[in-house]
Amino acid sequence: MSTASGLLEIRPEGLYCPPGGFYIDPVKPVDKALITHGHADHARAGHGAVMATSQTLDIMAIRYGEDFTGSRQIANGTQTVNDVSVSFHPAGHVLGSAQIKITHKSTGTAVITGDYSRQPNPACAPFEPVPCDILVTEATFALPVFRHPDPLGEIARVLASIEAFPDRAHLIGAYALGKAQRVIMLLRMAGWDCPIFIHGALQRLCDYHIDQGVPLGDLRPATIDRGKKSDFAGQIILGPPSAFAATWAQRFPDPVICFASGWMQVRARARQRGVELPLIISDHVDWPDLTQTITELNPAETWVTHGREDALLRWCELQGRTARPLRLLGYEEEQD
Amino acid sequence: MRAFAALLERLAFTPQRNGKITHLKQYFSATPDPARGLALAAITGDLGLKAVTPSLLRGLAAERVDPELFAMSYDFVGDLAETIALIWQPASTTTDVPLPELVDELTNTPKSQLPARIADRLDTMSANDRYAYLKLATGGLRVGVSGRLARMALADFGSLPLADVEEIWHGLTPPYANLFAWAEGGEKPEAAAHAPFRPVMLSTPTDLAALSGYDRAEYVAEWKWDGIRVQAVCDQGTRRLYTRTGDDISAAFPDIIDALDFDGTLDGELLIKRDDIIAPFGDLQKRLGRKTVSRKMQESHPAHMRVYDVLMWEGHDLRALPFAERRGQMDQIIKTIDQPRIDLSPLLDFATWDDLAALRADPPDTVIEGVMIKRRDSPYLGGRMKGPWFKWKRDPMLIDAVLMYAQRGHGKRSGFYSDFTFGVWDADALVPVGKAYFGFTDDELKELDRFVRNNTTETFGPVRALKPLKVVEVAFEGLNRSPRHKSGVAMRFPRISRIRDDKPAAEADQIQTLRDMLD
Repeated sequence: MSTASGLLEIRPEGLYCPPGGFYIDPVKPVDKALITHGHADHARAGHGAVMATSQTLDIMAIRYGEDFTGSRQIANGTQTVNDVSVSFHPAGHVLGSAQIKITHKSTGTAVITGDYSRQPNPACAPFEPVPCDILVTEATFALPVFRHPDPLGEIARVLASIEAFPDRAHLIGAYALGKAQRVIMLLRMAGWDCPIFIHGALQRLCDYHIDQGVPLGDLRPATIDRGKKSDFAGQIILGPPSAFAATWAQRFPDPVICFASGWMQVRARARQRGVELPLIISDHVDWPDLTQTITELNPAETWVTHGREDALLRWCELQGRTARPLRLLGYEEEQD
Repeated sequence: MRAFAALLERLAFTPQRNGKITHLKQYFSATPDPARGLALAAITGDLGLKAVTPSLLRGLAAERVDPELFAMSYDFVGDLAETIALIWQPASTTTDVPLPELVDELTNTPKSQLPARIADRLDTMSANDRYAYLKLATGGLRVGVSGRLARMALADFGSLPLADVEEIWHGLTPPYANLFAWAEGGEKPEAAAHAPFRPVMLSTPTDLAALSGYDRAEYVAEWKWDGIRVQAVCDQGTRRLYTRTGDDISAAFPDIIDALDFDGTLDGELLIKRDDIIAPFGDLQKRLGRKTVSRKMQESHPAHMRVYDVLMWEGHDLRALPFAERRGQMDQIIKTIDQPRIDLSPLLDFATWDDLAALRADPPDTVIEGVMIKRRDSPYLGGRMKGPWFKWKRDPMLIDAVLMYAQRGHGKRSGFYSDFTFGVWDADALVPVGKAYFGFTDDELKELDRFVRNNTTETFGPVRALKPLKVVEVAFEGLNRSPRHKSGVAMRFPRISRIRDDKPAAEADQIQTLRDMLD
């Protein structure tokens, strides 16, 4: 469709809006960037100016230091950037995550979803459907085998395992921004009132969530010096997955390795990681939610960014929808 | 079905034996008959459902899902049953159909009606149940539980002696109601089947220093042959060949089965023997783990049984007799059997333990891996107890190798790099020759773990490639030719016996040293 071509284009730095003069989630440093959320492959340091939600700006400052960008602009209502108006809308992915809506009076409206989820998440605001002409959607879990189960059911499996193995520590791998806090909130909802021990790499982002009104309960560092191994028997410990390959994991008694991720849907993935208790908890849309979102918004065009583009394009073809792959480079297989 | 599906899930992701046993015990205690017995049979591969094939499953999927989307999904997931379980349209309401009902249906539904029946079932199950159901239907559960481990869990569950469970196991059929009744305090089931397996008597290791504390006159000795320990049974015409853990390997050795023309139970070593020459273990390995064996293979790799002991003979249980008496009867028994495939392991002539040490140091055949020492008065007792029987194995072969790759362990070793691939020099390059994950102490494990972390050159998924710096002494029990390995050799029971920090990597062994060790 001709309206589409003027509003967004692909450049080596990432997705670019010519009438607005800015990039969205660029993978290289640029003059002006609009950032959907704080995960590392979307939010990078070193841009001239960044516009994002106040929470995303805070998170970037926590991760990269206060000087992560030349100037900051908090997204607030509908704002004008050069020839376009932009607004940010909750994406339900992690704290501060947003979809970005771009409107140009002659070429129409595009919504860039960033990463998003439509499952309820007690650690962030829910996804808001935004009507648009062009939907630029992620496709991380865009295969019909991905149907995320009820996350509380997954948490129940952890609690059952603690009952079965009261002498073992339960180590849950969860990425530091979003997943860790969501898992903690789910544990609290399931009635786990004991202290939860966290790896040092999670501390500052957990503190920030508490500041922002997400009640994570009693969190304690899992790095107590001279802590006896047996102190951790029957306890829940959260850490970033990378820590499980480090000597850090050695301090816990005969640990049950759990990993909270949408990828845990596939058994081979779980086995490759040496996971003993895979927990299918994802902060991305699964196949039904993804296809349902496209149906619901009914955009004139669907553009597919990083992930399993081929399957989603095939689905659009079967539905008679106009779709195109963006094949953006620089996004690793999404960590989830 | 739900409980069974949950059990499979936990078993598949639990690497440790003890963890698996815990899961099995919990399932046995929470599940009624006959479901738990059918689950046990499914896990041990004794359920025998055959009608559901991969092509039937592909056909089911093709009716429901766009073929391109299915192909992309299968490509990503890598397992047919799992792909179908995940991709199937979710049920609006799920029913927890009892496992026995499903097994009965899969057994008795005519083949033409099976696809529709299976599709109906999938329509009312959760994804996890669909996976378990499809795995149940196709066989091949692949949850890493051997028959032996399942029997251990059952013995543990009922506080029963494992030897007793093993002895009656082959006489029982799914769903094993009488076995579970026994485990819960009822009567021990009669070993109803013909040709039951009898628990095997095992030995403990010894050496010259330990032996010097024993009176030589009370013991006899014989060669320890390097095959696999087996039990051959012919009971009122029913013939069986069992491994020492009670697995039935009759189908792979029809040549031995043909020769069991007697009524009794013999204990011995299974070997490959061509004319008078016993072949190395590698030749026997070619015939192990098969469901059937070709005539050609039987001719090129003829099986042989070298008898160590007799347990039952013509209706009499000889196990309570002293070894010397059983041995005395064996000479006559072997003559009576009169089969070239069955002969007697000879006793050794020695006056002192030092004489025996000399024999052991220079055996007449390379397919001897040491000596067995047996008390003359020992009855035949199932299990491994210290005293009546000793094994005094040939010293292991040793080689100095360089660590090449490392992978993390599980459970107590979580977070430690404990699985190593090592190699030796082929000119200027290292060629991998084996893998070892034990032999070292806890302190050595920490040292090796530190070494891995500080000397990684590359990572491939979970595997780390290492700088060629660390030399370890690898002990192993034998060496076979192996076309499947780049080095052309495969070690038996390799383990890291010492860390050789005194040795620079360049002075580790050459591949030629290993080749020279091949007989």
